[in-house]
Amino acid sequence: MNLKRYFSIYAALWKNSVTRETMFKGNFLLWIIVECLWFGLQLTFISVLYLHTDNIGSWTKWQVVMLVGASHFIQQIFQAFFLVNCTNLSELVRTGKLDFLMLLPINTRFIVSFRQVDLGAFVNAVSGVAVITYAAHRLHFVPAIPHIFAFLGLCIAGILIHYSLMFLLATISFWTVRAQGIVWGYYNLFNIARLPDDAFQGVFRYVFTFAIPMLLVSNVPARVLTNKLEHFYSILLLLGMAAACFAISEIGWRASLRRYTSASS
Amino acid sequence: MKKYRHVLNIGIQNSLTYRFNFLARSLFGLIPLMAMIFVWRTIYRGNADTKGTLMVGAYTFAEMVSYYLLTTIVDALTAVNEDDWQIAADIKDGNISQFLLKPIDYLWYRFCLFLSGRVTYLAVAVVPLAIFISCLHNYFVPPHDLAALGLFLFSVMLTAMLQFFMSYTMAMLAFWVLEVSTFIFILFAFEYLASGHLFPLDILPAWLERALYFTPFPYQLYFPISIYMGKTTGNELIHGLIIQFGWVCATYALARFAWNRGIKKYESVGG
Repeated sequence: MNLKRYFSIYAALWKNSVTRETMFKGNFLLWIIVECLWFGLQLTFISVLYLHTDNIGSWTKWQVVMLVGASHFIQQIFQAFFLVNCTNLSELVRTGKLDFLMLLPINTRFIVSFRQVDLGAFVNAVSGVAVITYAAHRLHFVPAIPHIFAFLGLCIAGILIHYSLMFLLATISFWTVRAQGIVWGYYNLFNIARLPDDAFQGVFRYVFTFAIPMLLVSNVPARVLTNKLEHFYSILLLLGMAAACFAISEIGWRASLRRYTSASS
Repeated sequence: MKKYRHVLNIGIQNSLTYRFNFLARSLFGLIPLMAMIFVWRTIYRGNADTKGTLMVGAYTFAEMVSYYLLTTIVDALTAVNEDDWQIAADIKDGNISQFLLKPIDYLWYRFCLFLSGRVTYLAVAVVPLAIFISCLHNYFVPPHDLAALGLFLFSVMLTAMLQFFMSYTMAMLAFWVLEVSTFIFILFAFEYLASGHLFPLDILPAWLERALYFTPFPYQLYFPISIYMGKTTGNELIHGLIIQFGWVCATYALARFAWNRGIKKYESVGG
């Protein structure tokens, strides 16, 4: 019953987002072009690197292309559901608009996290899938159905990590109003997620695996899809880190909410 | 001139309130930089093992690391921060009306704010950047010679002007379209690749590198660094500086032209 109510609320939010997008059709298309350009840029970077080498660690060219595609897919789905909502949180706190959302008879985190949907990002996610498919073709590799399901499941875990960490950073805005810069700073870390994990060593690798698990988010799904998973435990690690990140972000959210004093109007 | 000095002063005080943001930005910026160095290290090691070569294009590993460190330095000195967004917002919100009445030129006013933003950013970012570079000092090659260092700094100055005039021109689009951010991002994408942010341009196939030199992009980052590293010397250097100066003049003229056209449109709509 409760779940059904949340579904109908979310359906209404979707309808709102569709209406919003149809108001600025030209802009909608331009943003898709922008995202395609940046995606092309990353692929160009990879091709230039592979002009000068055959391997990065154990990763061959088309495996890395697949990794970049998977990373783009995960990032775009994250963007579709969560990015705008995370970056807007500091604005809600600064202007005191959060009051109205807290008064609604639903879970506040739910409404804050799901308020807007970025429809263009779904279109961009398709370009990620296209690149993954082409890379699989170049690798002469036909993934089996279980592979694909495992890949999608791990993508969800990756998206959960991105969402939890970015949401946690966004709650900093309860403590200082200038949190928006930090939230965008996290966006920089997406750059790491699409690089092959073999390249990293030492403290850097440790930090970005166990503290901020950027090197798991898309590397593990891509490894599953290209059949180059070395240890089964990295799957468990990704799932475990996703659960841990979500739990920590919930604790952070509750602690921050207690500090909320609204804005003097 | 005195009034512009005041603008500089106010600009510095304004951007000082963002010092925390600047610090966060420069710290976060170091992470992708580190990642890039790791990736190149893996490539150099792999090449040494399989091909027995220690070079990528004309770069040793130390030179490659220096290249990326220099891009960070030049970026800190010249990158446009939020100036283009603010200019576009000023036009959209009608804030520029007051500048039409005041005896102050909007372009130079914004240029002063841009400079003060850079000065403040540099003051904040210099500490983390210096620590980072000193950790990597084994890989940081000194300038080719003293003249190269001087010409590098001169070229960086031109780069800053080129960056600003280009962004200013882009922001002028706000006279005609509601949302300029998409256009700014499209230009930025080309700039990111063609100016040498992602990799030094001379590791590209030669024909592509030559083609890029017909655009202003290499002069926004790659060119000054190539002077520092002694990759551009002699006649080529003089030529390059003249072309860079030409691009500065051209973008300045374009910025003025776009403003004049925009103002006509603005007045005809203005209420």
